[in-house]
Amino acid sequence: MAETHLQATAPDRGFLTPREDYSGLFSWIFSTDHKRIGLLYFWSIVTFFLTGVTLGLLIRLELFLPGKTIVEAQTYNAMFTLHGVIMIFLFIIPGIPAAFGNLVLPIQIGAKDVAFPRLNLLSWWLYAIGAAMALGSLFSGGGAPDTGWTFYVPFSVQTTTNVSLAAFAVFILGFSSILTGLNFITTIHRMRAPGMSWGRLPLFIWSLYATAWVQVLATPILGITLALVLVERLLGTGLFDPTRGGDPIMFQHLFWIYSHPAVYIMVLPGMGVISDIIPVFARKPAFGYKAIAVSSIAIAAAGSLVWGHHMFTSGMSDMAVLVFSLLTFVVAIPSAVKVFNWVATLYKGSISLDPPLLFALSFILLFAIGGLTGLVLGAPATDVHVHDTHFVVGHFHYTMFGGTGMAFFAAMHYWLPKIYGRMYNKRIATIAWGLIFVGFNVLYLSMKVVGMQGMPRRYYDYIPEFTRLNQLATVGSWILGIGVFLMFFNLIRGTFRGQPVGDNPWGGATLEWTTSSPPPTENFEVDPVVTHGPYDFKAAGIL
Amino acid sequence: MAEQEHGHIVGYSTFVAVWLALLVLTAITVAVSRIHLGPLNIWVALGIASVKSGLVIAFFMHMKYEGRLLRLSLFAALVTLAIFIGFTFFDVLYR
Amino acid sequence: MSEVHKDYAGAKFGMWLFLFTELLLFGGLFILYGVYLHRYPEEFVKAGGELNVVFGAVNTLVLLTSSLAVAMSITALQKGNRRLTLVLLAVTIASALIFLVNKYFEWSAKIHHGLYPDSPHLKELAPGESVFFGLYYVTTGLHGLHVVIGGALLAWVFVQVRSGRVHAEDFVALENSGLYWHLVDLIWIFIFPLYYLIL
Repeated sequence: MAETHLQATAPDRGFLTPREDYSGLFSWIFSTDHKRIGLLYFWSIVTFFLTGVTLGLLIRLELFLPGKTIVEAQTYNAMFTLHGVIMIFLFIIPGIPAAFGNLVLPIQIGAKDVAFPRLNLLSWWLYAIGAAMALGSLFSGGGAPDTGWTFYVPFSVQTTTNVSLAAFAVFILGFSSILTGLNFITTIHRMRAPGMSWGRLPLFIWSLYATAWVQVLATPILGITLALVLVERLLGTGLFDPTRGGDPIMFQHLFWIYSHPAVYIMVLPGMGVISDIIPVFARKPAFGYKAIAVSSIAIAAAGSLVWGHHMFTSGMSDMAVLVFSLLTFVVAIPSAVKVFNWVATLYKGSISLDPPLLFALSFILLFAIGGLTGLVLGAPATDVHVHDTHFVVGHFHYTMFGGTGMAFFAAMHYWLPKIYGRMYNKRIATIAWGLIFVGFNVLYLSMKVVGMQGMPRRYYDYIPEFTRLNQLATVGSWILGIGVFLMFFNLIRGTFRGQPVGDNPWGGATLEWTTSSPPPTENFEVDPVVTHGPYDFKAAGIL
Repeated sequence: MAEQEHGHIVGYSTFVAVWLALLVLTAITVAVSRIHLGPLNIWVALGIASVKSGLVIAFFMHMKYEGRLLRLSLFAALVTLAIFIGFTFFDVLYR
Repeated sequence: MSEVHKDYAGAKFGMWLFLFTELLLFGGLFILYGVYLHRYPEEFVKAGGELNVVFGAVNTLVLLTSSLAVAMSITALQKGNRRLTLVLLAVTIASALIFLVNKYFEWSAKIHHGLYPDSPHLKELAPGESVFFGLYYVTTGLHGLHVVIGGALLAWVFVQVRSGRVHAEDFVALENSGLYWHLVDLIWIFIFPLYYLIL
């Protein structure tokens, strides 16, 4: 960090001040300060996100024309597998909870740190080790895994590529996720400041709380599932092998018992970010605070009952198809409750269109599109037609990227000025947002249409009729890519060279805006006592 | 302060009584398994195992003396597991 | 080191949350057990008959007794009787070792009879029996791993108690290790009837 000469004019650097016990990199990778761990997570996650984006751009480039464009089919299989593994396990699952949860959760509840700071550091280390192993699987054993991120048997048991190491890496990453969840639940229960009742928790905290429970209760199932794949590969127990009495569909059950709830691990924290941002930029208390808080818990609970909707065409019983389809429609209700409440919060608000709000608004729109196309997949009759097509790929990118991704971007633009005490260039941020929004829709809308027309997902080649839509999607990916890189360029420049900001640049009423930017090591100079709700701008003296 | 929260001391005799009960239940479960009851066998075995684990959780693991938070959490975890097992049978039973 | 935040109830709550994840981890295996039992009831009975009830019953007694010992060790420490605490912990750790030795002989006998994952003998058996033994090895193997971890954890606590770092005023490390050990017992309480006593 070569900007030492700027420090004379800059405000107190808070927790970013160089430490006495360790220096340089060690003061980060051995720190138990939740903010430092949060930033460790943040920058590792951003690195992997950009790696994943690059892979995504390469996949789109390969699909620009039918047949071979830039890589061989086997490389293509490895690329989409790695794109999936990185984006799911290294970016989107830890994304908001581990990075922004760590950065702001203790501050928002008025605590000095999380309940188990050393466990928190261990989570990051497990994340780093798991990530290293996942990347290591590319260059070791029988070559890069080619199963897709879902590791479906029997292929994952039979393929000679290095699935074992990749599965073990995901197992380790799951452990990291569990420890973060465990830490957050305990922190929220035990470490709230005086006056911080459950009814005064920011909605971001409510969403993290619900997420943490899903992390704790669902992730172990992924652990055992992947452990079983490992055992199958190493010992040949035959638990999923039909010739020896096993049932491959049971793998899908176990896998989706975790991986569907994991969808809510991914999106709930994003919804929390949006719930926190919208009231601030609409200058109005959150409409339906209780409904939004309760709907987070409801989504977490109902989300654990619907895994079977990934398996409608697997040969599962008709009864199961019926039950899981019905329940899938039920999950739409709490999600819709949130969307309506956000819109109602905006209604007649005094809206300032700053970058965090722009990303938040695009979250609402894109997530709504993603959610509604999800219903097409949730209805068995239509699912049979579009199952395993690019429609599905378009759908989950709308929910995951258009949802969680946008929320992650919104969170960056909302909280990074607090963490670094410096503001990025808002005009460039707005331009980057525009590029991302346009590129996103061109890319994934084309995918949905071409999927409707019947183009299967994960295929290397396609018939010439699909060429035009694929090219449109690829062009969209370029616009999106430029927007993403511009956004990060602007943010990184802002964190190191931007104008110093005050304690409360956006006019928020939650606790993190009462402490200095960057916050001091133990978050507050004086232990806070909470006297008003998180969106009570009048009581906070902002309105 | 927090020191007051872990004041509860369970007597040795309570633990020994629970241990004896567990031994008796183990003997029962072995004995019952030698009688053919058809599909009922598995349910009896599971029932006894549940009682045994209930004893371990309540006394050895101090759950009987814990507050509402821990009890509710345990309940949530067990319900989740039950749902995961139960809902799988929507498929398995009707296939 | 940084100032360590001491929250007794919080530490215990965290441990319980971790136990839930362990419960769900084994839960995945019990889901498979339930499904395959439903599909192959007769084969499961036949294969289960191959397991040695004596080994299973002895290990059940060993684990129940070790659970008693670790539970009593907490009471002993609370009452300030460090010597008794150490004795009881030693009993628990010894039980863990006995359990593992037992398991070793049990597995050796099975493997000697050609019953191990991917063995030629197993491949000749009916599909349901093969799956039973697959599950048996995975489940008891994972459980055995937990016995090893639990034993190591208790050995660490033993050292802590002896050196006086864990004492009557601050024994959450002992209590949490004890909780972990009870979980190992809990899982076995279900494994024993489901695998050894199935009829």
